[in-house]
Amino acid sequence: MMLTRRALLTGGACALAALAGPPRFLARAAGAAEARGKVLVALFQRGAVDGLSVVVPHGDAAYYAARPSIALPRPRRGDAATALDLDGYFGLHPALAPLLPLWEGKTLAIVPACGSPDVTRSHFDAQDYMESGTPGVKSTPDGWLGRAAGALPAAGASPFRAVALGPRLPRVLRGDAGALAFSSLERFDVRAAGTSGVSRRGFESLYREGVTDLLHGTGRETFEAVKMLKSAGAARLTPANGADYPRGRFGEALRQIAQLVRADVGLRIAFADVDGWDTHVAQGADQGQLANRLREFGGALAAFTRDLGDRMADVMVLTMSEFGRTVAENGNRGTDHGHATAMLVLGADVRGARVHGRWPGLSPEQRFEARDLAVTTDFRALFHEITTHHLALTPTTPLFPGWAAPSTKLGLFS
Amino acid sequence: MSRRAARRATALLALALLGAAAARPEAPGAATPPAVARDADDATILHVLHRVTYGPRPGDIARVKAIGLEAWLERQLDPGRLDDTALEASLRGLPTLAMTIADLQREYPRPDAETRRKLAAGAVSPREMREQYPEERRPARIVGELQAARMLRAVASERQLQEVMVDFWFNHFNVFAGKGEVRWYLTAYERDVIRPHALGRFPDLLRATARHPAMLFYLDNWLSTRAGYTVRGGPNQGRRAGLNENYARELMELHTLGVDGGYTQADVTEVARAFTGWTIDRPRQDARYVYRPAMHDFGDKRVLGRAIRAGGERDGELVLDLLIEHPATARFIAGKLVRRFVADEPPPALVERVAGAYRATGGDVRAMLRVIFASPELRSADTAAAKIKKPSEFVASAARAVGATAEARGALALARAAAEIGEGFYEASPPTGYPDRAEAWVNPGALLARMNFALALADGRVPGVRTDLTVLVSDADRRRPEVVLERLLAGLLHGRAGNETRAVLTEQLGLPEITRLSADDRGPVNTDVAKLAALVLGSPEFQRR
Repeated sequence: MMLTRRALLTGGACALAALAGPPRFLARAAGAAEARGKVLVALFQRGAVDGLSVVVPHGDAAYYAARPSIALPRPRRGDAATALDLDGYFGLHPALAPLLPLWEGKTLAIVPACGSPDVTRSHFDAQDYMESGTPGVKSTPDGWLGRAAGALPAAGASPFRAVALGPRLPRVLRGDAGALAFSSLERFDVRAAGTSGVSRRGFESLYREGVTDLLHGTGRETFEAVKMLKSAGAARLTPANGADYPRGRFGEALRQIAQLVRADVGLRIAFADVDGWDTHVAQGADQGQLANRLREFGGALAAFTRDLGDRMADVMVLTMSEFGRTVAENGNRGTDHGHATAMLVLGADVRGARVHGRWPGLSPEQRFEARDLAVTTDFRALFHEITTHHLALTPTTPLFPGWAAPSTKLGLFS
Repeated sequence: MSRRAARRATALLALALLGAAAARPEAPGAATPPAVARDADDATILHVLHRVTYGPRPGDIARVKAIGLEAWLERQLDPGRLDDTALEASLRGLPTLAMTIADLQREYPRPDAETRRKLAAGAVSPREMREQYPEERRPARIVGELQAARMLRAVASERQLQEVMVDFWFNHFNVFAGKGEVRWYLTAYERDVIRPHALGRFPDLLRATARHPAMLFYLDNWLSTRAGYTVRGGPNQGRRAGLNENYARELMELHTLGVDGGYTQADVTEVARAFTGWTIDRPRQDARYVYRPAMHDFGDKRVLGRAIRAGGERDGELVLDLLIEHPATARFIAGKLVRRFVADEPPPALVERVAGAYRATGGDVRAMLRVIFASPELRSADTAAAKIKKPSEFVASAARAVGATAEARGALALARAAAEIGEGFYEASPPTGYPDRAEAWVNPGALLARMNFALALADGRVPGVRTDLTVLVSDADRRRPEVVLERLLAGLLHGRAGNETRAVLTEQLGLPEITRLSADDRGPVNTDVAKLAALVLGSPEFQRR
């Protein structure tokens, strides 16, 4: 039986009042673990990825006019140095070749001109806005994924419901629902010099008894998570189906997210970031700095889908970046901070092999402030559609305060 | 029962237990009575030490008692007269602390664009990069030294209240090391702006932050110009600039009035106009504040219903005056101070009295603190142990509790430990700084990190940090684990160990990993003091202050 939060609150009011503990812990005790919910994986490309190199508008002559040395050549079959055609107008960067089968399998969709209504070109501010989900408003205490986690059914929620790979909880996952942040599954445990078991059990006992306050509640949750991870054997799961993750932090993060999905520990929202996109100088074209980052990025995503196999039916991947880069290349064969960028959506129930949202065009008069790709899809519209559809959310507090979802949807789902 | 009422009940229960613990006859067979806090005075001193310092060191309660609590507080309020020569000697190992922005820009330059390009393209290996730009010449060194210094001071300074207030004001007027030029400005910002005024007057602090390049850069005011201004020189020459509201908004929302302080979006725009032209001269060299009339919007402004029509640099000054005198600012500052020293939910009556002290003294920090320190709210039973230590407070208090000593390297390791738990000094990117509420710091990953730090510290595994647990257990017979435990509880928790914690730890004493027995079964021969101490440092009680 799945208890709703409301039923718990009315039925368990006395117990609640007596314990006065954090709701998430109590709520969890009320239901069985909800192991196989849908999973949203959000990936942040920090540093502003050049969307025009990820999804190449090879059908737009202005693209080639603006980028004499860093444009990807028009697709030519059998030539690995050219863009990989998607629909006769857009193409993928050749370093993203591992993603082409996903496009052909209709599980990859593209939003080529997505971004923020705020005009800032500061990485710091733009990331802050994209994580809080409130462009222009700095004081928002939590993040939109944190609010999404709070809107998931509380009953049966796992400590692994919302997880960020990394040393600190990112702004995007902050919120009342609580989320877990760690850099390594293998190291998510008590680590003593000799026998860790004694110290782990010692700490666990210290938090087991006594008053039910935030600290004890979290302590119990912690050891619940540690034990759950151990008994699920998550740390021992090796990549399946011959998936081969590229070396590096990002591949490691996706490998661990896949482990959590496959171990059925109740993961619903996962977040990881990947940096190295701030290509002001010597960006490169089919080879070079950006190509190297994209090769790792695409390779890791492809390995992730392969590793998960059938489980990809439950998983949706969303990529984002704080803004895009200038349409024209700069004096250093790089690009400066711009406005809209390309975001990717990967999943079984997305309307794949399609470009979503209006293409604003690249000719100078079509550009934002005469220099950048204009934003035609507010990132909140994209995030909102994916989150509410895929996670089946009907949040009581808005995911994006101060913003109303447009009446016409992007149409990512049929 | 409300959450608040439940918390009060819990606190009262804890107090009753504390009384029970103190009154309880000594553990059976104990050679020496446990040195727990025996009377209200010790408990009060302990409580005040937890709030005013980074936690008691061995012997601190007795030292405060000898001076008298009120006299000790007065000394803390006048830090210049406290001898801190030992700390100052340790800080000499951190040469960047005394350097100017110009020195730092010259000595710790950013790798030039060409080298960065070669590194990215793989033409220069990371090793060659290190040779060309050795670690000790990198800009990261500046931040590392600052982090080490901040932790060193928290652990070892005699001027504890001053350190607490430096942390408080830095978060209030937060800037972020990771934004552009800020890392070269941080040293001067903390040394010349935050530290001298930490126990001074709020208006001085506010005015000094408003003109410092760290704040001008972090909140973008240096780029904010009248509409239609064309940049006259530098890399952006010829580019059209305009108004940037970032500083204006945070000035009201975070530095003075508070988010509910009664200002509107129109006020934000008007304040931004008033501050146009407050910028940075030569940001990559000596980075000095400069007012540039050409960037200023000379039109009349209207802020919070008052006309500002001085024109020029004076516009910004008038706005600051207006905000300093605004009653919402008094309440906002008072509320944050009370949250820091008393409780996450500040008692409204105390906030009102502290705001009164602000109004009466023109924002004198000491006057406000005196009201808090003398208040029944601070010393009431339900305030005891009501605050959860922030990560930096937890790490520093653990190091202090075990009497650890560290030089620069050890202090940096401690600062990194706090970062691992979630609070890296100078690494808070949002202008709100780090939060001062329990909810922000209590999550499973962070709790595990606290436990792992406790283990590392007690085991002597934190590089550059020397711990000597024998100071805590002194001559306690290691063959009597219950005596060792009592000493640790007394030395680390000072009578604040709850019954559950005491019972759980007593259970642990039976484990062979904690208490080694003799081969011929004649009884215990040794107690693993480090393992036990780590459990105490990782216990729920030690996470509170």
